[in-house]
Amino acid sequence: MKRSYSSQLMAAILVNSVYEMKNYPINLVNTVLSPLSFLIVITFVSKGTLIGQAIEGGLIMSMFQSGTALQGDISHLKNDFKLQDMLVSSPASPSVYVLGMAISELIYVAPALLVLVVLGQIYIHPSALQALEMAAALLLMFVTSITIGFMFATLSSDIVQSFAWSRLLTTIFTTVTPVYYPLTYIPLPFRYLAYLSPTTYAAEIMQNVVGYLQESASVVITDWAVLGGVTAVLLVVVSRKARWKET
Amino acid sequence: MDQLVTEKLTKRYGGKTLALQEVSLSAPSSGIFALIGRNGAGKTTLVRILATELAPTSGSASINGIDVVKEDKKLRERIAIVPQEARTISWMTPKQSALAYLMWRGFGHSEAKKRAEESLGRLKLDKYADTLNRSLSGGTKRKVLAAMVLASEADIVFLDEPTTGLDPISRRDFWDILRELAKDRFIFLTTHYLEEAEQLADTLGILGEGRLVAIGSVPSIRGRIRYQYSIKLPPKVPVPGVSKGEVITGRNGEVQILTNEDEAFAISRSLSVAGTRFSISPVSLDDIFFQLVGEPTQREQEAATPGEE
Ligand SMILES: Nc1ncnc2c1ncn2[C@@H]1O[C@H](COP(=O)(O)OP(=O)(O)O)[C@@H](O)[C@H]1O
Ligand SMILES: [Mg+2]
Repeated sequence: MKRSYSSQLMAAILVNSVYEMKNYPINLVNTVLSPLSFLIVITFVSKGTLIGQAIEGGLIMSMFQSGTALQGDISHLKNDFKLQDMLVSSPASPSVYVLGMAISELIYVAPALLVLVVLGQIYIHPSALQALEMAAALLLMFVTSITIGFMFATLSSDIVQSFAWSRLLTTIFTTVTPVYYPLTYIPLPFRYLAYLSPTTYAAEIMQNVVGYLQESASVVITDWAVLGGVTAVLLVVVSRKARWKET
Repeated sequence: MDQLVTEKLTKRYGGKTLALQEVSLSAPSSGIFALIGRNGAGKTTLVRILATELAPTSGSASINGIDVVKEDKKLRERIAIVPQEARTISWMTPKQSALAYLMWRGFGHSEAKKRAEESLGRLKLDKYADTLNRSLSGGTKRKVLAAMVLASEADIVFLDEPTTGLDPISRRDFWDILRELAKDRFIFLTTHYLEEAEQLADTLGILGEGRLVAIGSVPSIRGRIRYQYSIKLPPKVPVPGVSKGEVITGRNGEVQILTNEDEAFAISRSLSVAGTRFSISPVSLDDIFFQLVGEPTQREQEAATPGEE
C-alpha cells in the first residue's frame, strides 16, 4: 500500500493542535500570553527603551517554547496514552511523527508570532534582508529546541517529571539568559555563563542585525557558527540517541 | 512460512530481571494465539518484542519469515498493537481516534474516515462515535482502542490483555468480535483469564516465570498433562486414598483430586459405594494451568499488585 506522508503529518496536527485546542483553548491562551507578558514587563521597566529587544526576545521565546511544549506533549502521549508504542508497532515513521508534532507546536505559537511580527514592524521595522536574517536565526532556534524537546521526551517515563523539566528548560534558556535584554547588562564573570545557552547566540544575532548591538564581523560569524553547529550536533545526537524503540 | 517462530528468546531488563528465558516456540500465524500467564510472567515483554517495540537481549523471533529485529521496518508494515496500558486520548472522540491512527499509518483522509466508521460500526460503537473518549465507560474505551487497530490494514494484530477490567458481558461481546475478526487476520492476545483462552484460542501458549511451559491447541495441552480427571468432594467427607494423583484442599475445605483415568474410575466407584456426594469431570484449563505452572511464586505475587485488575 502507498502511504501518504502528508496524512501522517496531518494526523499529528489534528491530535496535538486541532482537536486539543477545541477542548483546551486555555493552552492556546497560555502559549500566546507567556512571550507577550515578558515583553510587557521589560518594556515598562525600561520605560520603553528596550521594546525592540523585548520583541526579539518574545520571538526567540516563542520558538524555544515550541520545543519544550513538544517535549511535554510527546511524553504525555507516550507515557499516559502509550501512543508512541502504538506508532512504533506501525508503519508510521519517527521523523514524520516528530515533524508533524513540531508543526502542531508552531500552530500553537502562531498567534503569538503574528502579534510579535506586527509589533516588530512597528517598533523595529527591519529591512527585508534583516528580517530574513532574523527568520533564519529563529528557524535554527526552533530546530534546536524541537530536537532537545524530542530527546527529553523519549527518555522520559514520567509525565509530571517531564512537565517539570519543560518548565525548567524554558526558564533557564529564555528568561534567565539575555534573551529579553542586552547581554551587556550581565556583570562580566557571569556573562560567560550566558554563552552556554544557544538562545544567547540567537539573541546576539537578532540584536546585532538591527543595530541594538555593534558586534565585529568575527563575533557575528562565531554566533552563526555556534548556533548552526549546535543545531547540527543536536540533530545527529537525536537521530542516534532518541529512544523510539526500547532496548 | 505462515508461522510465528521464536528461538531461545531471552530478555533481561537492566541487567537484572530475567523476564523471558530462552522461549522457543512455533505456532501458525493465523486465527487466535492466546498467551496466558500470571502477572509478571513475561507476557507483555514477549508481545513488545514481537511487535518490534523492545529489543530482546538474545535469541531471535520472526513472523511469517520476517525477523522482528533485523527486518523491523518490513514487519511494521503489517502489524498493529493495543499495548496493555494504552488509553484513548481524552480530548478526542472514537471517530477522531481511529481517523488519526489510520492517517498516522499513511491512509489518505477520506479512506481513513471510511475505514474508521466501518470499524466502529463493526464493534457496535457507532452510537458513541462522536462522544468524547473521556466520557465513555472503561469497557467502551477498550473497544475503541481495538476498533482503531482493527480498522487498519494490519494482518497481524497484538492485543495485550484486551479484556482486563471489562465486565463479564462486555467481555463476551468482545470475544464474539475477536472471533469474527480473526477470520482474516492473525490475532495475538494475552490474558490471565484461562476461560478466555479456552474460548478463543486456536493455539495456546502458557508462560510461567519467563519460561514457556506449554504450547499447542487446548485439547493437545490437555492431552499432554499427567492428570486428566478432576474429582471434587464437599468439605468434611472422608477422602479416599489416592495412589496416583494429587489431592488439593481448597480454602473452603472442598477437596479436589487430580488423577488419571483408571484411578478416577476406581475412586469414583468407591465413593459411590460409600454413598459420598462428588463430581467428576475432565480437568479444566485452570487445573491444567495449576499442574503446569504450580502455585504463584514470590515474583508473581509481587507483580500481582492489587487494584491492577
Ligand atoms: N521496563 C521494565 N524494567 C524492568 N523490569 C521490567 C520492565 N518491564 C517488566 N519488567 C519485569 O519483567 C517481568 C515480566 O513483566 P511483564 O512482561 O510485564 O509480565 P506480564 O505482562 O506477564 O505481567 C516482571 O518481573 C516485571 O516486573
Ligand atoms: Mg502484561
